[in-house]
Amino acid sequence: MEEYIVNILKGSVLTMEVALGSLAVAVVLGLLGATAKLAQSKPLNWLAGIYSTVIRGIPDLVLMLLIFYGGQILLNKGLELVGYEEYIEINPFLAGVLTIGFIYGAYMTETFRGAIMAIPKGQMEAGYAFGMSKSRVFFHITVPQMIRLALPSFTNNWLVLIKATALVSILGLPDMTMLAKQAASAARDVTPLAPMLFFLFTGAIYLAITTVSLIVLKQLDKRYSMGVRRGEF
Amino acid sequence: MQFEVIFEPATLKLFGQGILVSLKLLFISVTIGAVLSIPMAIMRVSRNKWLSTPVWLYTYVMRGTPMLIQVYLIYYGVAQLEFVQSNWDTVPLLMPFKDALFCCVLAFTLNTCAYTTEMLAGAIRDTNHGEIEAARAMGMSRRQLMWRIVLPSALRRTLPAYSNEVIMMLHGTSLASTVPALMDITGAARSVYSDFYLPFEAFITAGAIYLVLTFTLVWGFKLAERRWLAYLQPRKA
Repeated sequence: MEEYIVNILKGSVLTMEVALGSLAVAVVLGLLGATAKLAQSKPLNWLAGIYSTVIRGIPDLVLMLLIFYGGQILLNKGLELVGYEEYIEINPFLAGVLTIGFIYGAYMTETFRGAIMAIPKGQMEAGYAFGMSKSRVFFHITVPQMIRLALPSFTNNWLVLIKATALVSILGLPDMTMLAKQAASAARDVTPLAPMLFFLFTGAIYLAITTVSLIVLKQLDKRYSMGVRRGEF
Repeated sequence: MQFEVIFEPATLKLFGQGILVSLKLLFISVTIGAVLSIPMAIMRVSRNKWLSTPVWLYTYVMRGTPMLIQVYLIYYGVAQLEFVQSNWDTVPLLMPFKDALFCCVLAFTLNTCAYTTEMLAGAIRDTNHGEIEAARAMGMSRRQLMWRIVLPSALRRTLPAYSNEVIMMLHGTSLASTVPALMDITGAARSVYSDFYLPFEAFITAGAIYLVLTFTLVWGFKLAERRWLAYLQPRKA
């Protein structure tokens, strides 16, 4: 009994790794997507528009299966073309992180776009007037203000992302959900309540993760809105 | 790419049935979830702690755990328990657990109901205080106030957020494919993939179907908003 519980707890480390890894990918893609959507170039606008619309219109699970199984074939076909004969198996951890990151990058695109648009234009213009370069204005003027405006929707995306990591169990990654499912069927002889117990335990860990996230992000929100006066009523 | 395989009658039939299963799952769970969410939202905003705390706990737990775990808990958890399986032929309450579709619908309904309850409760809380004052001044009882003033407007104002929830649930029904014996759109794609080893064709087809359904829902809700939320529309210059 204890071994299963310890196992699931170990699996929660993998869940966190997948979640944080994909969050990093999603933030980078989101920033790229948001800048592309707001850029002065029509093709870039289109590309980012298609990315954020199509990805958000398809279930995560279908996209994961497509990228995981399809990517496998695509990679090997591509390697064959350049003359590499051996079959390469994609690391499921990497595939999971990249896929979830790719999906939530689309949600982050919308989050960051909204936040950037909410910053008064004069801020950026003032930066340019001081002779700052484009990237300098972006990282020193836009991003610090964007964080505050993006935080509420970022919090939402993060909470949905953590829960989406449960799907990597379907790709065969031994995260909490998969270990719980295995334990549920393996421990039936030990206790008749086993099937329920392990899922309840796993659910409780997810709940703990989301609760801690909420508390931390609330503190961050306080920190970043220090100089802002909210409408008081 | 070998999309011919997709357009073979047998595969088309598989996807066609998949669409029906997905829509059935979506329709049943969203309808029951929405109906149940109304009394729950009223309890959630109640000043009575004994009414509001249980609902808060329920929505907090459901919204803080993955829906996959909820589906597993019901299908691989409750429905696989020894005493449930040995009694489900005799105890009427346990009988539905034999059915995979019921297990999925139960998990989906509990999930969507929690999200809808929170949305609706938010809308009820945001009701303009003047409207409530006016209703009180007219001598309406608490019940009349709720049914005539607060709910009609709160239900309308929930519509934009609710359309997102329905689309999330459409995507959520893809989790039904993790339960054997249920062939929704994703399940059909997975079976085409394993039969022909054609991941692109199978999952791109499924993705395209979901996109069409998503856009149809978006369009439908836009019409609904034009009908019921016309008074909140920004005025055209």
